[in-house]
Amino acid sequence: MIDKRSKELRKIVVDIIATERRGHLGPAMSSIDILRVLYDDFLNYRADDPNWNKRDRFILSKGHGCLSLYAVLADKGFFPEKDLLTFCKSESIFGGHPERSKIPGIEASTGALGHGLPIGVGMALAAKIRHENHRVVVLVGDGEINEGSVWEAALSAAKHNLSNLTLFIDYNKLQSYGLNSEILNLEPLADKWKSFGFAVEEVDGHNIEELQALVKKIPLENDSPAVVICHTVKGKGFYFAEGKTEWHHKSKITDDQLNEMYQCLC
Amino acid sequence: MRNTCLNEIHRLAKDNENIIFIGSDLGAGTLTNMQQELPDQFIMEGISEQHIIGMSAGLAMEGFIPYVNSIAPFLTRRCYEQVLVDLCLHDLPVRLVGNGGGVVYAPLGPTHLAVEDIAIFRVIPNMTIIAPCDAEEMKRLVEKTISWPHPIYIRLAKGGDKVISNSKHGFEIGKAILLRPQGQCMFITTGVMTQKAIEASEQLEREGVHCGVLHVHTVKPLDYDALSKLIPTVRAIVTVEEHVRAGGLGSAVLEYCSDLMPEHVSKIARIGIPDKFSDKYGSQDSLLDYWGITTGSIKNKMLDMLGNCN
Repeated sequence: MIDKRSKELRKIVVDIIATERRGHLGPAMSSIDILRVLYDDFLNYRADDPNWNKRDRFILSKGHGCLSLYAVLADKGFFPEKDLLTFCKSESIFGGHPERSKIPGIEASTGALGHGLPIGVGMALAAKIRHENHRVVVLVGDGEINEGSVWEAALSAAKHNLSNLTLFIDYNKLQSYGLNSEILNLEPLADKWKSFGFAVEEVDGHNIEELQALVKKIPLENDSPAVVICHTVKGKGFYFAEGKTEWHHKSKITDDQLNEMYQCLC
Repeated sequence: MRNTCLNEIHRLAKDNENIIFIGSDLGAGTLTNMQQELPDQFIMEGISEQHIIGMSAGLAMEGFIPYVNSIAPFLTRRCYEQVLVDLCLHDLPVRLVGNGGGVVYAPLGPTHLAVEDIAIFRVIPNMTIIAPCDAEEMKRLVEKTISWPHPIYIRLAKGGDKVISNSKHGFEIGKAILLRPQGQCMFITTGVMTQKAIEASEQLEREGVHCGVLHVHTVKPLDYDALSKLIPTVRAIVTVEEHVRAGGLGSAVLEYCSDLMPEHVSKIARIGIPDKFSDKYGSQDSLLDYWGITTGSIKNKMLDMLGNCN
């Protein structure tokens, strides 16, 4: 099911993890196929001019999932892939959470959860006020939307009819301690967003064709913000990590575990 | 002071389409004329300070200069992480205008007091903290905020405060103003405590004690030049602030002295709010009286210091 390109992107993530034997593998693997489609098929950008004024703005609000974004940005030429091998080293620009001031292509420093959507609302509002056509996309985690600030921003996005704003939810059903359904139930999630004034679509967040078809439909409505609920699997692609809380963040990864990761990508 | 601040924002916004005003469910009628005249530069959001700070960060990333207005405790405590991460880590030119700095909202109780705001903001890199003393100074301040490249917290006083500032002193962010020349001693103050310090220094003058008043409208960045020049010239210093004694102006002055002029630390005393929640209502003045932050106590503290420092 995971095609060659998605495996190649996953391999970049494993290469990064191998440098320090640590990282948020699970949340990166649940979001990597979404990011692939966003950067392959939807977002307008110039890798050699990351601050190009007409670019679409993308905010990875679940900053702990940054390994997948690092991989995609390197693949797109925002910076050399080899630079990622400095991950988490003292002088590196690539930390465990992404920073705007350091990394080309990063719109907002995230890591503390619940910050991306409010910032995205501000960016989308700015574009609307100035009659600019670029779009704003925010990717949040499902655990992240426990945060009240996400819902404050949702109310505001609908109030301002921000049809240029699309929220992707990486709905892997698993947060740090356990299942969403046990920690803080989100269901009925689609109905919640509809009631907040969003146009809502649901997709398989690992099905490339489904994601590609979906992004072609954006904006989903002409006068309201949109949310795309992406049903995903935490740790997708690595059978030993799929749906496992212990792979949310892993440190002291062994040689055997690394070899197993690479085996999964053959 | 508040009206002056908001009207100045409106006036400046007419000539600068990047200026945008964001309120958090403010009192009915606030800046209605701006809303009508400049609808794209006026946003009234709900009671959602965390979101509003993030939204203002997003606007600032796109080149806007947002002025965010709400009640001071909610603009400082409620959204602290958003201020730290969204505004200060990104070092964005967002201006936070906090109504009711200090104990202006005394009758509304401890939830509405902003007495630790300077302390919690002072420890955030890139933040600027300004507490003007009167409406005239506010007018001069707002003009200067347009081009300041960092986040700013403007601490508003009650309003109707006696005008003691003077245009001849000008106004530069980060530059303290010596409102009364230092004599053998000096008060160092911020916000409307400067008025009390001036009254106290006038009383001292009548008793033959020449006492200066250094008005530190900008608590961060602190005016190290003024401090290094003036502190060695006096025998005693009393800092006065409408803020808890921990972490505010007095602490900032003592930290500076401890680091760079340790021989002068013992000549400095601090007057501020004690380390406990307010258990009284009343008014701003009655609460300050209750805590002993009065013209008389300020004057007596200075006399004590002069006696101790003989």
